[in-house]
Amino acid sequence: MSALITSPHLAAPDAFYAALIDAHRGLDAAGSAALNASLVLLLANHVGDAAVLDEALAAARSAALAAGPAS
Amino acid sequence: MTPVVVVGAGPVGLALAIDLAQRGVPVRVLDDGTPDSTEGSRAICWSRRTLAILHRLGCAEAIAAHGVQWNTGRVFFGDHEVYAFDLTGDASQRWPAFVNLQQYEVERELQRRAAELPLVDLRWRHRVAGVTPGADGVHLDVHTPDGPRSFAAPWVVACDGARSPVRGMLGLEREGQVFRDRFLIADIRMEQPFPAERWFWFDPPFHRHQSALLHKQADNVWRLDFQLGYDADPERERAPDAIAARVRAMLGADVRYTLVWASVYTFACRRMARFRHGRVLFAGDAAHVVSPFGARGANSGIEDADNLGWKLAAVVQGHAPEPLLDSYDVERVRAADENILQSTRSTDFITPKSPVSRVYRDAVLALARHHPFARALVNSGRLSVPAVLDDSPLNTPAPGASFAADAPAPGSVAPDVVLPGGGALHDRLGARFALLLFAADGDAAATAIAARLAPAVERAGTGCDIVVVNDAVVARRYGASPGTCYLVRPDRHICARWPAVDPDAILQALLRAHAAGVHA
Ligand SMILES: Cc1cc2nc3c(=O)[nH]c(=O)nc-3n(C[C@H](O)[C@H](O)[C@H](O)COP(=O)(O)OP(=O)(O)OC[C@H]3O[C@@H](n4cnc5c(N)ncnc54)[C@H](O)[C@@H]3O)c2cc1C
Repeated sequence: MSALITSPHLAAPDAFYAALIDAHRGLDAAGSAALNASLVLLLANHVGDAAVLDEALAAARSAALAAGPAS
Repeated sequence: MTPVVVVGAGPVGLALAIDLAQRGVPVRVLDDGTPDSTEGSRAICWSRRTLAILHRLGCAEAIAAHGVQWNTGRVFFGDHEVYAFDLTGDASQRWPAFVNLQQYEVERELQRRAAELPLVDLRWRHRVAGVTPGADGVHLDVHTPDGPRSFAAPWVVACDGARSPVRGMLGLEREGQVFRDRFLIADIRMEQPFPAERWFWFDPPFHRHQSALLHKQADNVWRLDFQLGYDADPERERAPDAIAARVRAMLGADVRYTLVWASVYTFACRRMARFRHGRVLFAGDAAHVVSPFGARGANSGIEDADNLGWKLAAVVQGHAPEPLLDSYDVERVRAADENILQSTRSTDFITPKSPVSRVYRDAVLALARHHPFARALVNSGRLSVPAVLDDSPLNTPAPGASFAADAPAPGSVAPDVVLPGGGALHDRLGARFALLLFAADGDAAATAIAARLAPAVERAGTGCDIVVVNDAVVARRYGASPGTCYLVRPDRHICARWPAVDPDAILQALLRAHAAGVHA
């Protein structure tokens, strides 16, 4: 049984996406990386549940591997 | 023939020798150095658990009195404090979380105590140069000031430090991770009003992109530790003027100090696959090493000695069969793994190994200023805590027994509790096993039970003292009510507990804790 919600859960998907991109406004690559890291940490703490976090880590990793190395 | 030879008179070998002698086992200690040949201060932080062990060995009072007691650590990022931790614990603690004292002072106190014990035969300038294990004992070739000599002993314990010549001569290896980073220790003497706290900086203005540490030792000596990066040149960094530049950057251009000891070091986290090889046992740095962050090196070595002392004595004196020594291996390998895990995680946080690891590290530190959750992720070293031997083969599990979740479980160290009327619980424990039998005040029934149990537990292994406890503070700490029993090993680890007295179960648990007579 999956603990991680992967079905649609955002009330306003387009608005969230725009807000996410907007949060990076004016940041260089290093600044964006720092923002992303802070965001992950804040959300991870909010979730708290280790099973959910483990599933999210696994899902994110397989997405990254499927996208393949840039070579 | 002396039944035990200990190779190495560092803190671990000396602690073990004292423990064995206190238990009536003659022990010969061979060390290639002299009483004052230790190089520099080395380990400085002695844990509460180590102090309790040293107390049992007759050394803690002098060390606590001479050393600097501390409970608080502060972590800085850039020029801001992000986090402080307090290790004081509850009010019933007998010892402070840590006492800081230069390692050579601790060794001196151990040497003093060893000299009081006629059963300790301590020989300096004796270098072990050959080890030949046999079925019944071990043969040692030793270089002495009077020329080569040979010693034989049924048991040899190698406490000969991180480079362990004994390990090398037996062709044994260690496995683990070597870290590619360099650090500078500068111990300086200065008059400063800073509090006795552990101060740790990530990326401070005076030492950009690296970490630094400031910690007080006894006699106005301060430990300064600077991360240098792997490319640093050890020779150049050790030079007094290079050190002076770093010290002034940290403490101000007009700081007045004298340099006591400096060392540039790298470190590894690794251990031997097993700590028992027949009649040769390994303890302390010889068996395992960790990074210095967390003060787990010397403290875990003292815990090794504490774990091995009673077991080796019981085997030598015929109170327990040899397989009891395998439990030393199981329990202390497990403890070493815990120390290595903690130490590796701290090291990965302090010296990030990849760009993304650094990004997350810095994000944690930045968040920690304003968000409490992130402070729990800041890892400047998780300081040594006692091993919990919860899956030890010596424990008797008690499935279904109802105890409060915060009552000490088998495997943990029996908490010492300071008593309102003076003294502490551990003062009532002797050198042997102890059964804590909780009773109401003036409970005649408990006294009768104790009297009935005594002859049976007296005959099991090294024997067991029955300690009737009727102090409310202790009962609260142990989640106990009248009839509750805890079985405590000579090293003060709990190996069994029961909500009510069960004489047969107590006897079986006592035998199991000696690796003896357990019925499957
Ligand atoms: C530079 C340095 C800095 C350190 N800083 C810290 C710190 O800040 N915090 C911390 O917790 N730990 C620190 N440590 C580690 C700590 O000092 C060790 O964990 C501790 O000393 C281990 O004690 P030991 O008794 O196992 O070994 P050791 O103290 O190394 O003692 C081994 C003994 O064996 C003897 N010996 C070696 N070979 C032979 C032989 N062939 N024959 C006879 N005798 C022999 C040696 O002379 C020595 O006396 C540091 C270590 C070093 C080297």
